Amino acid sequence: MQMDLKTVEIKPQRETYAHVAARIGSKPASRYQEGTFDLQSTGNPHYRPLWDPRFDYFDEARTKIAMKDWYDFKDPRQYYYGSYVMVRAKQQENAEASFSFVESRNLGHAIPEDVKEAALRLLLPLRHAAWGASMNNDFIAAYGFGTGITQPALYAAMDQLGIAQFITRSALLFADADALDAAKTQWMEADEWQPLRRLAEDLMVEQDWFELFIAQNLVIDGLLFPLVYGTIIDDEISMRGGSAFSMTCQFQVDWAKEAVRWTDAQIKAAVKESDENAALVSEWVAKWKPRAIASLLPVAQIVLEDRAEAALEEVAAEFDRRLGKLGVAA
Amino acid sequence: MSEPQSKVFLCLQANDETRGIVEAIRTDNPDAEFDYQPGMVRITNKGTMKVVRETVEEEVGREFDLQELHINIISLSGHVDEDDDVLTLTWNS
Repeated sequence: MQMDLKTVEIKPQRETYAHVAARIGSKPASRYQEGTFDLQSTGNPHYRPLWDPRFDYFDEARTKIAMKDWYDFKDPRQYYYGSYVMVRAKQQENAEASFSFVESRNLGHAIPEDVKEAALRLLLPLRHAAWGASMNNDFIAAYGFGTGITQPALYAAMDQLGIAQFITRSALLFADADALDAAKTQWMEADEWQPLRRLAEDLMVEQDWFELFIAQNLVIDGLLFPLVYGTIIDDEISMRGGSAFSMTCQFQVDWAKEAVRWTDAQIKAAVKESDENAALVSEWVAKWKPRAIASLLPVAQIVLEDRAEAALEEVAAEFDRRLGKLGVAA
Repeated sequence: MSEPQSKVFLCLQANDETRGIVEAIRTDNPDAEFDYQPGMVRITNKGTMKVVRETVEEEVGREFDLQELHINIISLSGHVDEDDDVLTLTWNS
């Protein structure tokens, strides 16, 4: 007896969830799309929160920014939990390799003592700034509207915690645990850190989550990361014999490049939506940028001394070019 | 009588990894035809077809090495010209 094998194609009834199909049409959706679109609770709200009865728990009105569709805020990196965790795990492995390379070759001992001291004085208190940035992104994730922006905000909060931990590990590698206590004291008491600490603490009581997004993720991170990790650690400290610091700060550099893509996409989406949004974004940038620059100057001086002003100007000019591309008045 | 132009084709597994690649091919080759079969996508185009790294990167949201394509290629036809930025399939006409 002869058997003929025949393939039968069974068309799936639906390619994806109805609410995703409503956005992209009936075709296979990516996991990012399925794990993002319309996950935010809307409708049938419970009682209003006792601690702030002006709003529902999830309320579009918690920011002055207005969007017809909150899912215009998309993550160009397409992170959902799975992809995010896989990318970070890989970066963690790379960072571990760098740390063990520095440790096993004793590269820390090769750094001139004065360079090491200056780098640690700059780097270590920044873990408190990173913690502030983490809290601020937690706030955005908690009070923002639409999974398209709150989901990556929570990832950003975790990333900033990770950055704080990498800084801590640099401290333990190049110095000891006492250096962390000293850095905390610096952050709390030393004159050069007070403007930045004040800025970080003021942001923790800021109520408009999109303003907070602009102040923290666009303005502060947009200036701090190129200045500290680019100009100072990768250029200045490396040139003076401290390239081991460059290796242990590798994650921060890579992360900042990636975060810029996310931040810029959010700003572009908000600005494109309406002239009112564009005006608000420009207003908030104008409000926070001078403060961020002023508070980063004494920090930059720790390493760059009298060249800090010129370096900061250069970073700020580059930042203004970025704002120009986003359609935001510098 | 004009010679009918030969078609190149690229056959990819249909999975989460190739979804962005297929979309990128759709963008870069507007005339290409897409035949979804069980477990795979067969893409045909007259004369030439290209896969551009930059377009794929936009679709998948991360850096993409064109060599990653080979993991999911089932079959292809045409002369292959591949560099870091673009993979082109052509028939000499």
